[in-house]
Amino acid sequence: MAYTIEGSTGPWEVVVGLEVHAQVISQSKLFSGAATAYGASPNSQVSFVDAAFPGMLPVPNREAIAQAVRTGLGLNAQINLVSRFDRKNYFYADLPQGYQISQFEHPIVGTGVVEIELADGSTKEVGITRLHLEQDAGKSVHDQHPTKSFIDLNRSGVALMEIVSEPDIRSPEEAGAYVKKLRSILRYLGTCDGNMEEGSLRADVNVSVRKAGEAYRTRCEVKNVNSVRFVMQAVEVEALRQIAVWEGGGEVQQETRLFDPNRGETRSMRSKEDAHDYRYFPDPDLLPVVLEQGWVDGLKAALPELPDAKQARFMAEYGLSRYDAGVLVAEQATALFFEGVAKGRDAKIAANWVTGDFFAAMNRTGRTIEDPPVSAAALGQLLDLMADSTINGKIAKEVFEAMVETGKGPAAIVDERGLRQVTDTGAIDAAVDAVIAANPEKVAEYRSGKDKLFGFFVGNVMKAMAGKGNPALVNAALKAKLG
Amino acid sequence: MSLDPATVRRIAKLARIRVDEAQVEALRTDLNSILGWIEQLNEVDVTGVEPLTGGTQMALRLREDVVSDGGIADAVLGNAPDRNGEFFAVPKVVE
Repeated sequence: MAYTIEGSTGPWEVVVGLEVHAQVISQSKLFSGAATAYGASPNSQVSFVDAAFPGMLPVPNREAIAQAVRTGLGLNAQINLVSRFDRKNYFYADLPQGYQISQFEHPIVGTGVVEIELADGSTKEVGITRLHLEQDAGKSVHDQHPTKSFIDLNRSGVALMEIVSEPDIRSPEEAGAYVKKLRSILRYLGTCDGNMEEGSLRADVNVSVRKAGEAYRTRCEVKNVNSVRFVMQAVEVEALRQIAVWEGGGEVQQETRLFDPNRGETRSMRSKEDAHDYRYFPDPDLLPVVLEQGWVDGLKAALPELPDAKQARFMAEYGLSRYDAGVLVAEQATALFFEGVAKGRDAKIAANWVTGDFFAAMNRTGRTIEDPPVSAAALGQLLDLMADSTINGKIAKEVFEAMVETGKGPAAIVDERGLRQVTDTGAIDAAVDAVIAANPEKVAEYRSGKDKLFGFFVGNVMKAMAGKGNPALVNAALKAKLG
Repeated sequence: MSLDPATVRRIAKLARIRVDEAQVEALRTDLNSILGWIEQLNEVDVTGVEPLTGGTQMALRLREDVVSDGGIADAVLGNAPDRNGEFFAVPKVVE
């Protein structure tokens, strides 16, 4: 069912395209040797190039260019062997050059495609229009002084990739799924850390609405949205606003707007009225970027297995559902962890433990997949103890919690706490006999046809055995004795 | 191509150059003659000629990705008209 918004004049379709700015992972900046690390003291990572001192010349960073090419390859996109840097002119206090070096006419990466997966299990392709390299601006701090703004140029000149999608997105959910998928691909590639809180990944959201079958109507651009949730909200509230304008007899004006997450609305940025007159021209300080096909091929050969391929492999190799495989491959480290657990074991049980108890423990303890509450090897050993009937599934959960708490291995915990499963049929028979003897009415009811009571007996036997009875043997003994 | 006074004012605004109304006409004349002079290039037939990207046949020089600069906040801030600690200070710019 296609997503629409019901207005007073009937349903409206939402049309969305995204421009995502992704900070390139590199040691130094796009055109200077200053560092890119986050959180350094103000202006400590600034060269004379970044501060635009007169006469300073930009020299491109080979690795930043390689990162853009890797990203293009990961987006199944055309790599342009010849591209060019242009100047995008505007004035702002945190842009000391008075222009941003960007790529306008000839971007380094052309059209590509990203496949997204939706909650109903369907997939959809979102077209990539282009990817280009550009400089980030500095940071302005407005709230430290009544009449002054403070400027930190540490970010000035850091390499960004602007990734522009086609207007193929039709709902808030698709917009969110696209950003998540893009983030996952970038993190796999190691070209952007995807950290939205630190601003390494931010999105400009272009939204318009239309009636079914119409051509595109006027769009508005919602700037600098910095979380997946806000992207989804921005799409919805901006679409609702535009529908109200159209249905109120007005006309949507093309403009740049800001999303205010606190008030759940978008607002016009009036001061940007001249912002689109950027007077681009080729940067005379920089020659065209000319790549050799052999170099691009080398980068391609060295790419890691990407989420889509890994998901397909997990489904084929481990027999996982599309959904489980998708959850496990979203982060490379999670996929690696899962494979560490699943190798040589029952993969479906491994997947259930990783996405169930393990994820829950990770959330509860605030740990991360890089610093997990239980190692993949230890979780694997726990599964082995279940597989060879040393412990049953219920006790395994108890052992797992003890592993999280104490950091000890599963075998040690089982021994220490005497949790070894009881497979001695003599002990099981004794427990079964005692439960039957203590509950004569229930036995009578059961024998007269109340089959559901079987669970009651299992529960009581297990309780009597402190949870350690082998479930299959307990069931068998009960079946035999209850008749 | 011929510029009108409104375009002259707009160019000045985009370039953040203050232009008195009395100067507009003189600037318009100057800019028009500059544009006219440049437009002579249109007389050359460049069909099939690749755009020239520089005066030499040099390739773009690239840098290795190593940190080799920065850590010079005082030098960077040295010529600033105003600063606050390690920040540049400028008249407040708020949306």
